[in-house]
Amino acid sequence: MAKLESKIPEGDISTKWSKHKSKIKIVAPHNKRKYKILVIGSGLAGASAAASLAELGYNVHCFCYQDSPRRAHSIAAQGGINAAKNYRNDGDSVFRLFYDTIKGGDFRAREANVHRLAEVSVNIIDQCVAQGVPFAREYGGLLDNRSFGGTQVSRTFYAAGQTGQQLLIGAYQALSRQINMGTVKMHARKELLEIVIIDGKAKGIITRDLENGKIERHFGHAVVLATGGYGNVFYLSTNAKNSNATAIFRAYKKGACFGNPCFTQIHPTCIPVSGDYQSKLTLMSESLRNDGRVWVPKNKDDKRAPNQIPEEERDYYLERRYPAFGNLVPRDVASRAAKERCDAGYGVGQSKMAVYLDFASAIMRYGRIEANKQKLDNPSDADIKRLGKGIIKEKYGNLFEMYEKITDENPYEVPMRIYPAVHYTMGGLWVDYNLMTTIPGLYALGEANFSDHGANRLGASALMQGLADGYFVIPYTIGDYLADEPTTEITTDHPAFIDAENAVRNRISKLLSINGTKTVDEFHRALGKIMWDYCGMARNKEGLEYARKEIQKLREEFWREVKVLGKNETFNQSLEKAGRVADFLELGELMVIDALHRNESCGGHFREEYQTPEGEALRDDDNYCYAAAWEYAGDNNDPILNKEPLTFEYVKLTQRSYK
Amino acid sequence: MRTMKLKLHVWRQENRNSQGRMETYTIEGVNEHMSFLEMLDVLNEKLIKEGKEPVAFDHDCREGICGSCGMVINGRAHGPWYKTTTCQLHMREFKDGDEIYIEPFRASAFPVIKDLVVDRSAFDRIIQAGGYVSVNTGGVPDANAIPIGKETADQAFEAATCIGCGACVATCKNASAMLFVSAKISHLGLLPQGQPERMQRVLDMVAQMDKEGFGNCTNTGACEVECPKGISLVNIARMNYDYFKAQLKK
Repeated sequence: MAKLESKIPEGDISTKWSKHKSKIKIVAPHNKRKYKILVIGSGLAGASAAASLAELGYNVHCFCYQDSPRRAHSIAAQGGINAAKNYRNDGDSVFRLFYDTIKGGDFRAREANVHRLAEVSVNIIDQCVAQGVPFAREYGGLLDNRSFGGTQVSRTFYAAGQTGQQLLIGAYQALSRQINMGTVKMHARKELLEIVIIDGKAKGIITRDLENGKIERHFGHAVVLATGGYGNVFYLSTNAKNSNATAIFRAYKKGACFGNPCFTQIHPTCIPVSGDYQSKLTLMSESLRNDGRVWVPKNKDDKRAPNQIPEEERDYYLERRYPAFGNLVPRDVASRAAKERCDAGYGVGQSKMAVYLDFASAIMRYGRIEANKQKLDNPSDADIKRLGKGIIKEKYGNLFEMYEKITDENPYEVPMRIYPAVHYTMGGLWVDYNLMTTIPGLYALGEANFSDHGANRLGASALMQGLADGYFVIPYTIGDYLADEPTTEITTDHPAFIDAENAVRNRISKLLSINGTKTVDEFHRALGKIMWDYCGMARNKEGLEYARKEIQKLREEFWREVKVLGKNETFNQSLEKAGRVADFLELGELMVIDALHRNESCGGHFREEYQTPEGEALRDDDNYCYAAAWEYAGDNNDPILNKEPLTFEYVKLTQRSYK
Repeated sequence: MRTMKLKLHVWRQENRNSQGRMETYTIEGVNEHMSFLEMLDVLNEKLIKEGKEPVAFDHDCREGICGSCGMVINGRAHGPWYKTTTCQLHMREFKDGDEIYIEPFRASAFPVIKDLVVDRSAFDRIIQAGGYVSVNTGGVPDANAIPIGKETADQAFEAATCIGCGACVATCKNASAMLFVSAKISHLGLLPQGQPERMQRVLDMVAQMDKEGFGNCTNTGACEVECPKGISLVNIARMNYDYFKAQLKK
């Protein structure tokens, strides 16, 4: 059994982090350059960590599979980033952000970590502005905010619908500055394929150069994984096509516990699937729910165009069911409500698997305000509409354009059609308060870890966590480990490096030698369908047991029938995909095992057997108030369940309500 | 729903050192709702089944923001749609029986790695030469301590929306990177945070741009037309202004 030492500091929650920072060991400046740190991933968490660690004086090597660190998938985040700045004077505070996040996560996150996240959120905004991130501003020159789901204050900072892009470019520029100074060595188009463990500690990695197939050994005194989430297990998701779980899954198989793998976020507002050829799904930002109203017709099979359906025949089901939060309920709640309506036969569009997100009333409301501002006398409806469209365009223009390109429909004129899709994974490698996994010297940051979002992440909190971990947590906590490590480098001729490289080579040779009948994508789609049908928005015991058997069968078939052409020594995208899908085929089963064991519903994990009479998630705090940390026990054995009990001292455990 | 049969002429090249050539493929049953890259996915699945190596192309987010994808489609970078990346181009643009020519972005500073994949690391090196504000993590002032007028903030944001795809270079007859470089110079040069290093930044970034082998700007404006994010030529004017000023101050 692994030993889960959460290392949560003693004392009051509001002073835990500051006391911890002043007590943990640090490495003297002249010694820092003697330590080599490998950072895997160059998204918000990876780029900010690599840059900040290099600024401190560490010798950093950063790796990404993309051709440039600027392309990591954080770039696609749209809506915004939360921070407890209380610039709106609307009663926000560090405690309120902490409270909202714990409640939003349905009481399955660690209090101490979440409080720290809320504390450093304010520093993130300061840092990004200093770097030149062009956040949206008001006419007075100060920063603007908007609201996101699961909160009743406006604390979300944004840059149109491209907040992730702007924040990532900020971190990328900080990283570029260090690369220029030679303090970070960047390795683009290189993918981690194995982690090297020596005497129980992470001491290096094996990578493959995606251009020429060269397998390389890299030593590091510590290894930091910032490789994102595993939503692509589902094949169709809002993740980038190449986002993958290989790094964290290799870590799992080398002994790092995997926390809450079944906690998946299904985002309520995505463009619906249009056909079998579909390769990915596109998100429409949660920020749209600030102004868009979600509805379906009150009558089943209403064939009329949405604009022809009168107000009284529309069911604004979120406003009806959750009057306090309305359209801004958390994502898991909004997704389930959409599924409920569609399953009951009220869905719209050709597939009947969609609901409307309607901006008509917001356009008129903004138009009237604008007409007043411009002192128009008796403006016509057409004038008001024109002015209102201008305001909506300013707020969400790029999203509306994207929607129109994909669907060929103009959302200024007809409501968007949307449906939930896989978006984010709250689960990830189990980490302690210092963000270290159960393997000493191996860290996990951002979406790659399990720590802050419990069973459901609130909107605009992923960017916050990625940057918190990278800029403001790991630079402090990594010293506590390195201070006790010898500065001497271990040679990459060490048997552990040779073994790890051989394992990588054998796996590649195996994939290339099968030469079966089915493509990698065919297997990936089949896996995705099993996961979506049985381990998606709603789950039950019978379905999960069936899914587990189906995944095992599919995995067995994969290793017998997959067809991967070409050689290792070339740019070979099929080979890249094959390795990733092989890992997904194992991780999918782990997710199912976790979902099966958790006999309760919480956040995004909805077990149909456990719900309130109103159809809300029903937790079982007596038996499941813990983080499940799964430990690999060999390919032929079930993984071992380790439990980290969660205690709630500052936010009382209650049934979550947004009514 | 419309489906179509297409004839594709695709650039195939083994690696950096080998010689490339156009190869022709026929593809049937292309759905009008597919994205251009999904159409290539279908082609690749077919090729693999036939035992032929699939066409290599860079792609990742498939929602027009990561800047990974990019190919020249019928002679135009990212294809015929205005302000659209290749991944956002949809097949309803084409009709049954069309022939489509698909080539990599071509520029001597963007060597072909394989098929439609090119090496754009020159862009990274230009940013490394000075495309940042030199602040370390921590110890910065409160975010609202530096008020910035909305218009200035919006202009800086517009320049900062560049996705670094390289369509500007691929389109330019001189393979100039001036739109890309000037977007970064504008983004930082417009903001108060970017002032202290403004003159040195433009000198260093332009020097790196020249060193990478990009051509010069002759103001044809093709880059602006093909830029998927609508980055304006005004940025080049700003860069030239700063560059001239920095030269004089030297």
